[in-house]
Amino acid sequence: MKAAPESARAVSQREITVQIARIAADHHGKEGTQPRLNYPPYRSSQLRHPRSPFVCVDPDELECWAPCFGRRDVDPLDADLTAGHPGQPIGERIIVTGRLRDATGRPVAGQLVEIWQANAAGRYNHQQDQHPAPIDPNFTGVGRCLTEPDGTYRFLTIKPGPYPWRNHQNAWRPAHIHFSVFGTAFTQRLVTQMYFPGDPLFGLDPIYQSIVDPIARQRLIATYDHDLTEPEYATGYRWDIVLAGSRPTWTETNGDHA
Amino acid sequence: MPELACTPGQTVGPFFHCALAHPGDNQLVGDAQAGAIRLHGTVYDGAGDAVPDALVELWQTGPDGNIAQHAGSLRRDGKTFTGWGRCATDAAGRYSFSTLTPGAPAAGRAAFFAMVVFARGLLNRVFTRAYLPDSDLAADRLLSALDAARRRTLICDAEKGGYRFDIHLQGANETVFLAYRGDPE
Repeated sequence: MKAAPESARAVSQREITVQIARIAADHHGKEGTQPRLNYPPYRSSQLRHPRSPFVCVDPDELECWAPCFGRRDVDPLDADLTAGHPGQPIGERIIVTGRLRDATGRPVAGQLVEIWQANAAGRYNHQQDQHPAPIDPNFTGVGRCLTEPDGTYRFLTIKPGPYPWRNHQNAWRPAHIHFSVFGTAFTQRLVTQMYFPGDPLFGLDPIYQSIVDPIARQRLIATYDHDLTEPEYATGYRWDIVLAGSRPTWTETNGDHA
Repeated sequence: MPELACTPGQTVGPFFHCALAHPGDNQLVGDAQAGAIRLHGTVYDGAGDAVPDALVELWQTGPDGNIAQHAGSLRRDGKTFTGWGRCATDAAGRYSFSTLTPGAPAAGRAAFFAMVVFARGLLNRVFTRAYLPDSDLAADRLLSALDAARRRTLICDAEKGGYRFDIHLQGANETVFLAYRGDPE
């Protein structure tokens, strides 16, 4: 049986908020450091989450290695989202930086970080984005960089705006930047979203709330850091990323990995 | 050593194409290269509808079973095999890679493509493996632990010029997705 199109039934924010609260109450005090894939308040998750539990495996050798990216893949200018256009983008200029580490605290060096985001008005440079907010001709909203030897990444961008979406009636996403991150092992692959402190939309947003452990979901919120702020230029936010696990110590069967 | 708390994942959302799609990202080798094969399939949701806004990433050994550690997957030079590619699904939910047949890591072991799937509506990425049907599957520990129906979802269909591997996020033919031992739930 086909599900009704998502737009066919306008669910209110109140209904969504009640669902969010009910699920949170059911899981109070339980582990839940990753988002729940089956999270009815995020309506498009309903047909897109596996129902069977994941099958637990020991990673194969291939999965203990990650793809390699380098200078030929990433131009240093790619980390400046305010550049590359005829003029300056509209909005609040910000620096976003942090360290990429594995769960043992080891830095992940020389690895690819990719970001994308809406402009200051909350509009993506994407043909599917129908939000009637202005496109900024001086902002594409896409960046990438390689991490430094100590795991540091750094972007210069503008603060994205919140935007409406069609999950339910009067649904708005908190302002966020999408991050795509590689570790030293395929198993560490992470795509997530970074949020800004104090956003009034956190409690209403089913994507953010799909991480039912409140401590865990706060790990997605950057910290305003005045030491990163550059006088007369840009405010600074710090957000560190920790990837699951780490690559096992490598032994003699190394083979040809040159 | 104290374990740091991991950063949770979030959905890739619908607007990733500008950032994550690159020209040639699904061409691990050129179509005309000797030994080039096509690995392709469709991503389906629980209603059996195609998922037109998914992203599939591929990570694999070379034909000799070795693991490449070469840069250049985002800006390919046309000759270096990096072992990695990515493909956004099209309007019909299809993905396709031009690549080489992965070799088994050792004699008597199975060869597979490692894959990770992202999509709007999928709150965190999911991992799977696409095994070569003509590879040494009997000894594989993952496959041996599954019943026949579930096991089938992890094995590519051989076809002329390559392999087909459909991904079902949900439903009767739901693909087996993996958790790696030691990772947080």
